Amino acid sequence: MAKKSMEPFLWTLFSAGGVLAALLIPIHLFLFGLALPLGWLPQPSYEHLFALLRHPVTQVYLFLLCTLALFHAAHRFRYTLYDGLQIKHLNEVINVLCYGGAIVGSVLTIYLLWQVP
Amino acid sequence: MVQVFPYAVGDAMSQTPIYTEYHPRWYRRRTSTYWWLRRPSYLVFILRELSSLFVAWFVVFTLLQIHALKEGPDGYQRFLDWSKSPLVLIGNSIALFFVVFHAFTWFQLAPQAMVVRLRGKRVGAAWIAGANYAAWALASVLVAWIVLRE
Amino acid sequence: MADTITLRVTRYRPERETEPTFQEYQAPCRKDWVVLDALNYIKDKVDGTLSFRWSCRMGICGSCGMTVNGEPKLTCATFLTDYAPGPVRVEPLRNFPIVRDLVIEMSAFMHKLVQVKPWIIRVDEKPLSAGEYLQTPEELDEYKQFSMCINCMLCYSACPVYGLDPHFIGPAAIALAQRYNLDSRDQGARERLDLLSDRTGIWGCTFVGECTKACPKNVDPAAAIQRYKLRAALEWFKSFLMPWGTR
Repeated sequence: MAKKSMEPFLWTLFSAGGVLAALLIPIHLFLFGLALPLGWLPQPSYEHLFALLRHPVTQVYLFLLCTLALFHAAHRFRYTLYDGLQIKHLNEVINVLCYGGAIVGSVLTIYLLWQVP
Repeated sequence: MVQVFPYAVGDAMSQTPIYTEYHPRWYRRRTSTYWWLRRPSYLVFILRELSSLFVAWFVVFTLLQIHALKEGPDGYQRFLDWSKSPLVLIGNSIALFFVVFHAFTWFQLAPQAMVVRLRGKRVGAAWIAGANYAAWALASVLVAWIVLRE
Repeated sequence: MADTITLRVTRYRPERETEPTFQEYQAPCRKDWVVLDALNYIKDKVDGTLSFRWSCRMGICGSCGMTVNGEPKLTCATFLTDYAPGPVRVEPLRNFPIVRDLVIEMSAFMHKLVQVKPWIIRVDEKPLSAGEYLQTPEELDEYKQFSMCINCMLCYSACPVYGLDPHFIGPAAIALAQRYNLDSRDQGARERLDLLSDRTGIWGCTFVGECTKACPKNVDPAAAIQRYKLRAALEWFKSFLMPWGTR
């Protein structure tokens, strides 16, 4: 039996992250990146947003969204580096940087969410 | 092993035939670093892949937002003011464009990747794509409603 | 409509050049002529030294693949009038080493084809007395599309991943592996998966989708590859959660 490759697992993370990113990130970025700062929509109060953040469902939602999106981006960017810059021979370095970055980001996400009272 | 005879043309007599010993030299064209500029579809592909950077930016932005919310109303206000600054607005606009581009290309490709069977017959590509877009609309409305209701 | 058209054809004669060059020819631009007809006209009447592959001239043998105006095409299926007034650039199929003029070296592809074991693999052979393998039309539909491949290699020419890494097993090979994996008579999916789950196998593909666009037979290799990825991912998870089930 050939050595167990991690590729299928990483691809699954990429796919899941891609689906979540496609479904959810546009509205998030639209709301918090454009519409609310520019005042196009009525501002939700701080209390409301904070109450939302404290809710365990929101925390799970944000955790899944952020970590899977990070792994999606890491996987895709890793292959873009292979294809775009033709630096496949540096693939150990690229893997460490990409997935390492995703892991760091995920840990940061867990830490931040954990700290919410 | 094929016996190879140098092809001597009149004006090329002075040139030494450039054969390797057992077969003619193949010409291998090296792929240019700018291969992705050669065709529009390649460029679109690379842009689609680069949307991953903006997905990563979104996560950073959201983490900053979570951190700001934890700091209390003043901290969040500072975050809001920062996200109103021109640089961040422009950055988020570009990010929004790329993320939407990711969504469209993702849903466009989804029917090719999945074979869905309903009662033995294959569901058409238009239905799968339609279902994806419907899910997208539903998710967006849901999130907006949850965030914006008072 | 002009009655001749200019063709700019790649010439590469390794015995006297180190790099390919272009040579221009004039060929009649008849309404029903394809690029292959023009090339044959040139070889018959103008320049007998021009080398190129062709066979059936009806889009089923897969021999005449070349790059026409930058696009991978079967020259027997590409009409001259679509390119009038020209000039039409005819180059050998991209991403392959050039042997001579428009002839490319394809033994690497033939090797990859054998590697995916494109034949029915049985774990248990049925004896002749048990009769034929029966297959319903629905079971045929599962893999029929992928069986349409004529091995013309236009998909390899279009695939940027293959262009960057010649070790990538490539769209046609994976589509053919799927043709057998999805065949109800076949029991070799596990064997093929072990081979294709490599870095140079299906995971090198980034779903550019150009292979499907280039395919003259609507095989849709991109779909075959993505479905195979899904299958391979499921197998991977199954092997972790239910290790006893894999053997």
